[in-house]
Amino acid sequence: MSTPVALASEVVALQARGLAARLGGVEVLHPTDLTLRAGRWTCVVGPNGAGKSTLLKALAALLPHAGTVRLLGRDMESLSRRERARTLAWLGQGTTGAEDLSVHDVTMLGRLPHRPWLAAPSAQDQAAVRDALQAMQAWDWRERPLGELSGGERQRVLIARCLAVGAPVMLMDEPLANLDPPHQADWMALVRARVAGGGTVVSVLHEVGIALQADDLLVMRSGRVVHHGACDDPATHEALQQAFDHRLSLHRVDGRWTALPRA
Amino acid sequence: MTGRSRAPTLQAVRTRTRSTGAVHPALLALALMMLLALLLVLGTLVGSAGLQWPGSAADAVAQRIAFEIRLPRTLGAVLVGALLGLAGAVAQGLFRNPLADPFLLGSASGAALGVALALAMWGVSPLAVQALARLGVTGAAFAGAMLGVLLTLALSRGVQHTLRLLLAGVIVGVVLGASKDLITLARPDVLQGLQGFTLGHTGFIGWGACALMAAVLLPLLVLAWVLGPLLDGLSLGEPTAQSLGLPLAPLRMALVAALALATGTAVAQAGLIAFVGLAAPHLVRAMVRTTHAALTLLSALAGAVLLAAADIAARTVVAPAEWPVGVMTAVLGGGYLLWRMHRGGLRSSGGTA
Repeated sequence: MSTPVALASEVVALQARGLAARLGGVEVLHPTDLTLRAGRWTCVVGPNGAGKSTLLKALAALLPHAGTVRLLGRDMESLSRRERARTLAWLGQGTTGAEDLSVHDVTMLGRLPHRPWLAAPSAQDQAAVRDALQAMQAWDWRERPLGELSGGERQRVLIARCLAVGAPVMLMDEPLANLDPPHQADWMALVRARVAGGGTVVSVLHEVGIALQADDLLVMRSGRVVHHGACDDPATHEALQQAFDHRLSLHRVDGRWTALPRA
Repeated sequence: MTGRSRAPTLQAVRTRTRSTGAVHPALLALALMMLLALLLVLGTLVGSAGLQWPGSAADAVAQRIAFEIRLPRTLGAVLVGALLGLAGAVAQGLFRNPLADPFLLGSASGAALGVALALAMWGVSPLAVQALARLGVTGAAFAGAMLGVLLTLALSRGVQHTLRLLLAGVIVGVVLGASKDLITLARPDVLQGLQGFTLGHTGFIGWGACALMAAVLLPLLVLAWVLGPLLDGLSLGEPTAQSLGLPLAPLRMALVAALALATGTAVAQAGLIAFVGLAAPHLVRAMVRTTHAALTLLSALAGAVLLAAADIAARTVVAPAEWPVGVMTAVLGGGYLLWRMHRGGLRSSGGTA
């Protein structure tokens, strides 16, 4: 990113206007206006079936949708496929497949938008893959096939695949699924580093306690964004309680907010 | 179908410790090529009277039988097997499903219908005979196979949805199969001719057919190699592939075209040969874990070895008579898959199994 850090928060990473999506004739995402600033980590939370994944996919232009999305100030439609892929990286939820490919091969797929067709990986591609795998502590077993990994190991490789793209904007759906606490902490440190460098991260997290560590929260319910605000804002906490039927108890621990389910 | 849910088989343990997989892909390629060369020599020498050395019965007739009949026939089996193996790997990559068969898109039933029609029209009118003489049963089979795939494409309204494509292929298969049955009901005399086709045969393959198949196979091998990285990208699912900027629609179109051409050409020359397209990629995956580019080429080699071996076996088991080679591949290929399943499960390349 060439954007200076001081200016990063004034740059708009993603701007949606009237973004809506239908699945099987049902509107699962109602028309949504959204502005996500660059240099921030935003978490999308909400009850099951609130439309979180759909919002992420619509923002990434991965499903048919109404409305427009501007990516770093440019209309998504005007970007070429590869240009879009280099600017916005998307990590799906519970991605399966690629059992026969090695960890290294899978991560190298993240470099596809950068590589001329049929060209061998460049030194830059190799470096990006190594950095991503080392960040996820998967470099030591890079030759192992994906099909032989545990769920958590597999998820780390898939995150590395997304990181290897080196995109300034990253959309990640449930990135912490199957990860143990040390690797969850590693992932959060990594996101912090990316955001400090002017990058933008939007993640869907079902664990509200971890989601509250982000800069901003997008609270969704029944296909609508019902609140968008800073994580330490009391209004955000109120919106959270409403979205989850007041079944949360919010606590401040060591200067950070966290949440537990309430019986 | 991930490794998690499976008891650690010997294979898994070995793969874990050696970390790169049991065999190196290049080593497997070399072994398969050597096996193929051996089978070509064997196929040329083995006749209805057993093994015949060229020197021992050095009369001109034996020489001619070897070079005009047995060699092109064996080479034909190699080429048909390679086409089917390649098509199987492409189909399993396209549909992200280890059970995908190259005949899925309606090419087999289309070809069978084409042959049934051709045989039924034989002698009906001089015009039909004239057209058939030019086209031949081979041409009718190829045209039928292409028609089957085109119908599937029309029914699925293009290649936008892989699942719809799969369903359309199944439906077209059933409808065209029923149409073929109606023809055979009305004209039982075509049944005998048709049976040779549906059981699969390599006996009629000559040098011309070999040249034709080689001309189709070589560009397809290049295409498979070139599309390999894109198939790797597709193996993480269509949304991920799309997010990586891959041109999904043109990619699927190219893969479907390659499938249609490979199966159409193979079926036209050798009839419906079962199991080679399904078993060849599994055979390769059981030994190496590799990228789609290498998997497709290795599957072509494995298919060639399978069919060449089956062809020789079909000629020798009940010599001097012979079995239809399709029966042989069904017995060998089906037996192999059963054994694999018994040994610890089939591996999927995709995750949708």
